Amino acid sequence: MGRFLARRLLLTIPVLLGVATLVFSLIHLIPGDPAQAMLGEAAPQADVVELRHRLGLDRPLIEQYGMFLKGLVKGDLGTSLRTGQPVTDQIVERMPATFELAAAAMIVAIAFAMPLGIVAAVRRGTVADHAAMTISLAGVSVPNFWLGPMLAIIFAVELGWLPVSGRGTWAHLVLPAISLGAALAAILARMTRATMLEELREQYVQAARARGVSKSRAVLRHAFRNSLIPVVTLLGLQFGAVLTGAVITETIFAWPGIGRLLIQSIGFRDYPLVQGCILLIALTYVGVNLATDMVYGVLDPRIRYE
Amino acid sequence: MTKIGAAIVLLALLAAVVGPTLVPFDPTDQELALRLEGPSAHHWFGLDELGRDILARVLSGARISLIVGLVVVGVSSSLGMLLGSIAGYFGGVIDELVSRLMDILLAFPGLLLAIAMVAVLGPSLTNVILALSLIGWVGYARLVRGQVLRARELEFVQAARALGASTPRILARHIMPTALPALSPVARGTLVVDESGSFSLRRQNRRMRHIIMVM
Repeated sequence: MGRFLARRLLLTIPVLLGVATLVFSLIHLIPGDPAQAMLGEAAPQADVVELRHRLGLDRPLIEQYGMFLKGLVKGDLGTSLRTGQPVTDQIVERMPATFELAAAAMIVAIAFAMPLGIVAAVRRGTVADHAAMTISLAGVSVPNFWLGPMLAIIFAVELGWLPVSGRGTWAHLVLPAISLGAALAAILARMTRATMLEELREQYVQAARARGVSKSRAVLRHAFRNSLIPVVTLLGLQFGAVLTGAVITETIFAWPGIGRLLIQSIGFRDYPLVQGCILLIALTYVGVNLATDMVYGVLDPRIRYE
Repeated sequence: MTKIGAAIVLLALLAAVVGPTLVPFDPTDQELALRLEGPSAHHWFGLDELGRDILARVLSGARISLIVGLVVVGVSSSLGMLLGSIAGYFGGVIDELVSRLMDILLAFPGLLLAIAMVAVLGPSLTNVILALSLIGWVGYARLVRGQVLRARELEFVQAARALGASTPRILARHIMPTALPALSPVARGTLVVDESGSFSLRRQNRRMRHIIMVM
């Protein structure tokens, strides 16, 4: 296990280098000039040229790339072209909110999806199954740019139970977490049901029952545990995705997360900030995928990587 | 339940295929005097802020969404199954290579890739599909890899190996069937999600998209 971990941690370096290179190339490939974006379309050409020079954007690309990598090695992500603040500060400032929302959405998703999926699989073909799958179908079909405002209108504006937007108390977290968690829960419930159905057919479940193991124990301890591998994979993918792709939810509820920061910085062509955000996201995925691989080994000790 | 589902899918297909011809309005025609008008006998879904018939726009958008969804799910799931099963089955260096490539691609925001692709290759439906598939396969591959990691150690797979079955045969006949059930919920989810995932490209190429109408 020690060797496996060491190798994976070492391999993080080429992954980050790959991400850094790809982001750098792509962001310079897309049309748009940060200097023009900062000064506005009507700005005199001389001012734009001057600003480009001041920001170092008129240097050859390879030189800019070299400087970016040099900074990266020292742990310096540069300063935002737009605000002049260090990129690291801006990202660190947003990280707690991002993780808070992602974790809350995952908790909502797991709390709804797992019981729903298990019940649907165990009671296959019954009213409970149909009801659970109809709920999950609704969850997949309802986009969160609709669900979010609806939740805000009902629970914040009409009933006044929860705050409309912003971040502060736990009450601020409820609506964004439900809005973001609903779609995750829907797919997760379907996944749990599908993999549980596979496992429930297996002979070891029948054997456990024949040995006198109670039905709930056979379902939860035997079948459920074995059905978890794809579910854990999906959870890992979803956790990574909500850390970065919660832009719509963050916008609706004015949540100060990384997703919105990234999209805004792409809009402003704020190269250092885009690069910084994506590197953080890459690091998160590397961590999540490593954790997923380790959980595989715990769930099924036959899985080995050596 | 299955029959109801099939009926709904059929209805959606019909709406996408023949729908646009049934509505007497062009999705781009404007009636500025009636802008933001609610649903009426004449305009069933009402009109948008530029006075365009929303029903006509929904139906013509549905056609494109359906094509994008089906092709993207087809391409990304095939590619994902292939690479995921190779990574999971062979393990070692091959697994590291494919998995680390997945780490890189997962970190990548679709928006950036989409804008870059449109900037370089130009706006077209093919490029929308290409951009979405380029990132889309990763999720399938990770799911399949997880399943294969487990399945390759199962007795019947080892028995097949001991009997001398070729690797492609073991993968296709013995391992893939155990991985497929986990993929179908995600494929169905993607069909829906792609609709919203591709909105950035659509802004660029000025085609209609349901999500743009809603936003």
